[in-house]
Amino acid sequence: MLDPYKIRKDFPMYQNHIKMQGKDLVFLDNASTTFKPYSVLKAIEDYYSFYTSNHHRGDYDLCYNVDVKIKETRQLVAKFINADVNECVFTTGTTQSINIITYGYALKNLSKDDEILISIEEHASNSLPWFEVAKTIGCKIKYIELNKEGRITPENVKKAISKRTKIVAIAQVSNVLGYLVDIKEIARIAHENGAILACDGAQSVPHRKTDVKDLDVDFLSFSAHKMCGPTGVGVLYIRKELFNKVSPVFVGGGNNVTFKPEHDVTYYSTPAKLEAGTLNIEGIIGFKSALEYLMKIGMENIEQYEQNLRKYAINRIKEVKDLIIYNEAAEEGIITLNMKGIFAQDLGTYLNSKGIAVRTGQHCAKMLPLFLNTPATVRVSLYFYNTKEDIDIFIENLKNGGNFLDAYFA
Amino acid sequence: MPISLNPQMMRQIIMDHYENPQYKKTPEDVSKYEQLHMFSDNCIDDIIVYALVKDNKIVECCWSGVACTISTASTDIMCSLVIGKDFDEAKYIIDQYNHMIKEESYDESVLDEAIVFMNTSKQAARIKCATIGWDALEEIIHNHHHEK
Repeated sequence: MLDPYKIRKDFPMYQNHIKMQGKDLVFLDNASTTFKPYSVLKAIEDYYSFYTSNHHRGDYDLCYNVDVKIKETRQLVAKFINADVNECVFTTGTTQSINIITYGYALKNLSKDDEILISIEEHASNSLPWFEVAKTIGCKIKYIELNKEGRITPENVKKAISKRTKIVAIAQVSNVLGYLVDIKEIARIAHENGAILACDGAQSVPHRKTDVKDLDVDFLSFSAHKMCGPTGVGVLYIRKELFNKVSPVFVGGGNNVTFKPEHDVTYYSTPAKLEAGTLNIEGIIGFKSALEYLMKIGMENIEQYEQNLRKYAINRIKEVKDLIIYNEAAEEGIITLNMKGIFAQDLGTYLNSKGIAVRTGQHCAKMLPLFLNTPATVRVSLYFYNTKEDIDIFIENLKNGGNFLDAYFA
Repeated sequence: MPISLNPQMMRQIIMDHYENPQYKKTPEDVSKYEQLHMFSDNCIDDIIVYALVKDNKIVECCWSGVACTISTASTDIMCSLVIGKDFDEAKYIIDQYNHMIKEESYDESVLDEAIVFMNTSKQAARIKCATIGWDALEEIIHNHHHEK
């Protein structure tokens, strides 16, 4: 069984005893970003201390060492999601990954009579890039209806899909409601109708075992910083059968074999074709350490631990009067709530005054309030270093809250 | 905090303006008003501030939109303070408010109920909420000068 107190010894944000508003920090905003273990920091420092140089640029040893690190990281990413190594493209994060799908694939392969299926619970990063595609080529965006709970179900995908649907683009886990979507079945439905499935894995890949072959997705996007890695690094998995259909969005250094004055260019094959410019080398090297760290703990253990902690949190939250939970039955460690009569941001500010970090607002899913019937919510999101004690502190502060505007007058 | 104003009273002032904002409305003759749309990236605030200006004087001031408790109350109180003031007077009030928010010395005599936001700096993430309407009016005044 995973011991979070032992795990906390690996994290400077715990070992440095960080305080917020004079109180011990309770970090419950892991869907935004996560803490980094010492090993990730050390890997980055080692790169700058011992082998600073660029990738695929020279004949000298330092440069070679960087190439080896990038290759090893790519191999590890591939192992982590059960992909082939060349199917894993490094990006700056989920947002850029999805923009490569929209600008590099959708704009080139869709036409005005086509349809794209998304849902109203998608994050801005999995909505706005599709809006741009629709605006540019005149195709339609259709929405998969959410069921009563707020879930995307295969049944509702079947209702929304048509022969015109070319892409189904949804998150495996909603960043607000935390429901696990049956991506495997939805990929099957998409393929049966001649569409592809682009999966936003930002909130799922960090928390559970991912197998792109089993899920049968065509694209998968995720970010390193939500899984103990550095900011500014992400991955776009592309099924290899689609390599020739994805054009580079950025071109320049490192992505071409040769070019001539008459604009004749030969690009490398994927992934290098889609990685123009110097990569975020420190980020990729740090990401490797993060992946090693997660794999050592085991993704199944992480998933199991988070689910148990979520159950504990839900039971305790029910002790608090006047709390509305929007996603009691969700599978992922995301709990979205409001306190009756208290504005979400005011509750967030009150919790800040107690040293507790949560996210408030619309969480970048700005179409979802249409479904939730509230302009803003408070989101608690867990990771494997959170403890029952964190939950207890959160609950006790909610119970003894008194007036939630007091944070302004203390 | 002035002895005459305790936390309960401050809270009450904010809640009164939040639950019954007096100046939250879209003017009927909106085309005569100068207006500015403001929104916040870390809160839900998405408001328009309207000012009816005549001879460098703010004849009317109101606002509309979606806003949290703090931005609703602070914008509403601001409207109550600037109506009938000329630009110099309004700018002076805005400046004093901003000094207060930044924990600098300020002239309390012109802020009236707005002093309930004196401790906002302790909740740094909410400073934007307490200033969003004020920033809008300041820009409206600035733009008015430049258009002339």
